Amino acid sequence: MFKLIKSVIVLIALVTTSAFADGHKLKVGMITTLSGGGSGLGIDVRDGFMLAIRNNDNIEVIIEDDQRKPDIAVQLADKMIQSEKVDVLTGIIWSNLAMAVVPAAVNQGKFYLSPNAGPSALAGKGCHKNYFNVAWQNDNLHEAAGGHANSSGFKNTFILAPNYPAGKDALTGFKRYFKGELAGEIYTKLGQKDYSVEIAQIRASNADSVFFFLPGGMGIGFMKQYAQSGIDTPVVGPAFSFDQGILKAVGTAALGVKNTSQWSKDLDNNANKIFVTEFKKEFGRLPSLYASQGYDTGNLLISAMKKSSVKDADAFRQAIRAANFESTRGSFKFSSNHHPIQDIYVREVVKEGEVLTNKIVSIGLKDHSNAYVDQCSM
Amino acid sequence: MTFELCVEQLLNGFQFGFMLFLMSAGLTLIFGVMGLINLAHGSFYMIGAFSAAAVSAALGSFWFSLLASLIFASIAGVIVEIVIIRRLYDRDHLDQVLATFALILLFSESVRWIFGAYPLYLDVPDILSGSLQIIGGIYYSKYRLFIILVGLLLAIFLFFLIGKTNLGVQIRAGQHDREMISALGVDISKLYTFLFGLGAALAGLAGALVGTIQSVEVGMGEPVLILAFVVIVIGGIGSIKGAFMASLIVGCVDTMGRFLVPWILMSLTDPSTAMSIGSAIASMLIYVLMAIVLIVKPTGFFGKGLT
Repeated sequence: MFKLIKSVIVLIALVTTSAFADGHKLKVGMITTLSGGGSGLGIDVRDGFMLAIRNNDNIEVIIEDDQRKPDIAVQLADKMIQSEKVDVLTGIIWSNLAMAVVPAAVNQGKFYLSPNAGPSALAGKGCHKNYFNVAWQNDNLHEAAGGHANSSGFKNTFILAPNYPAGKDALTGFKRYFKGELAGEIYTKLGQKDYSVEIAQIRASNADSVFFFLPGGMGIGFMKQYAQSGIDTPVVGPAFSFDQGILKAVGTAALGVKNTSQWSKDLDNNANKIFVTEFKKEFGRLPSLYASQGYDTGNLLISAMKKSSVKDADAFRQAIRAANFESTRGSFKFSSNHHPIQDIYVREVVKEGEVLTNKIVSIGLKDHSNAYVDQCSM
Repeated sequence: MTFELCVEQLLNGFQFGFMLFLMSAGLTLIFGVMGLINLAHGSFYMIGAFSAAAVSAALGSFWFSLLASLIFASIAGVIVEIVIIRRLYDRDHLDQVLATFALILLFSESVRWIFGAYPLYLDVPDILSGSLQIIGGIYYSKYRLFIILVGLLLAIFLFFLIGKTNLGVQIRAGQHDREMISALGVDISKLYTFLFGLGAALAGLAGALVGTIQSVEVGMGEPVLILAFVVIVIGGIGSIKGAFMASLIVGCVDTMGRFLVPWILMSLTDPSTAMSIGSAIASMLIYVLMAIVLIVKPTGFFGKGLT
């Protein structure tokens, strides 16, 4: 089986290299978070993206660390656009950084392919013909989590998220689908490390469940402290709160927890099998959803380059919109506001051998688009 | 809003306060006795946390990792004092700020170089994991109680050291008149090295204690350093008693503010607006407190003012 996959990969590599013998050149600027508590996400997006384009000599990538600071992200974007003259920007993890960088970049005629952040402001009124989100609109996974909370019979949920655009989208998305009552609603500080105050409020709220969106280091801190607190109220969340990096640090406290994701390592399609095998081989760890998003972004870019030069902006945009690539999520297409229409799955944290990971248990939302399509006049 | 919730939040405030105390005790002594603004104090916090992480990974023992944080942070403190800080006592505050800021960059980059940019996570030992029923419906995390206990013991130790021992007399004397006590035959430079090492060790221990439930990463010390400066300004520079009281006040005001302000606003407006305005106001509270203290008592609670 492994031999077969290997030969398939070699074959694909051969085909792609030959196809690019006279292909179009392109320069990518990747601004992502590579240090601090949010670095796990940026490192995964970068590794996924680089894995997708590693055999492609026509793509030149410049990678810079934004340290999760909007001002640094803006400086890096200016540098990349003005002195490096990149054609396409990508990589931003955090929605507040995306809001600071994306509008200015696309207005200067650059393409922006988002491998993660999908703030509602850029999906609705602020949508732009050169902005594409390859991951999801921010609300999506939380909407599915709201739906899952209904079907689990939760009636009184305590919800919390960081106080930044994606955190607000998260709670909005959850509330859009959740039919029960809210036992409490809290916005925490972005990058917060201590959750004792919030955990005390959860304990006092008599909630029957807790929904939390805390990506990266925030999720690790929360889950560890939640487990220490002795509260046994069940938790649900989006995949961001239970990704591969978080599970490794949190340990068995997360076992059995349900979370919602557009991707999972056990998704049964050819592109995903190749991705998971190759990622493990290259980096020696299991891929996360962030890595899959980076990988899909890379492959989307390659698919568009096959059809058109980036210098012909209209044709290139058309080629991206067609999304003619093999996604790790199986079927993939863009809605009219350039966000994916895709299935959102419910996953469960399980133990495979010694490693904690996620397994799909059901489909949460089928062919799910986003709530802002009508607000976008494009 | 229940009684249990208030008690638990108050305990959270104390836990935060005692952690701040460990950080600010050293800072206030160094500032008060030596007249040195040490921005690199946050780096000792980080060094403590990273050495705890390294030892915990190597030996698997939480207790050894705490010991390591004390030892490594104090060694780093002593080396820094002898090599660099010693030359700064007679300079003005701007030189001190610049030099110790350079130390922050130096330490952060070296730690990033050795350990990488990805945060490390430690495990709470079995004996301290889970929660304890205090009375009735009040439960509290054992580990956080342990932090309170360690903070309390070290506070008692410091009061004893400063108030009852010979060394304490020298420290207090040094605070008042540096030249006089060296004229009386006290080796002031040894005293300074000792104090600096002690301050660094306390900061390192705070880093290890907190790193165990949060995360160990480059730059973790600087946000705490800012709070520690707020504490020593409120408490009065150079005063351990002031640092102790101000730490607990800042810890409680910050913690209680984070849940009370949004709760009060919620009766005026809808929950999500109340939450976002409330958390913004709550994060300003301790600075407002500092401003008020500075207006009413410019030298802080127990400060004698800088000369």
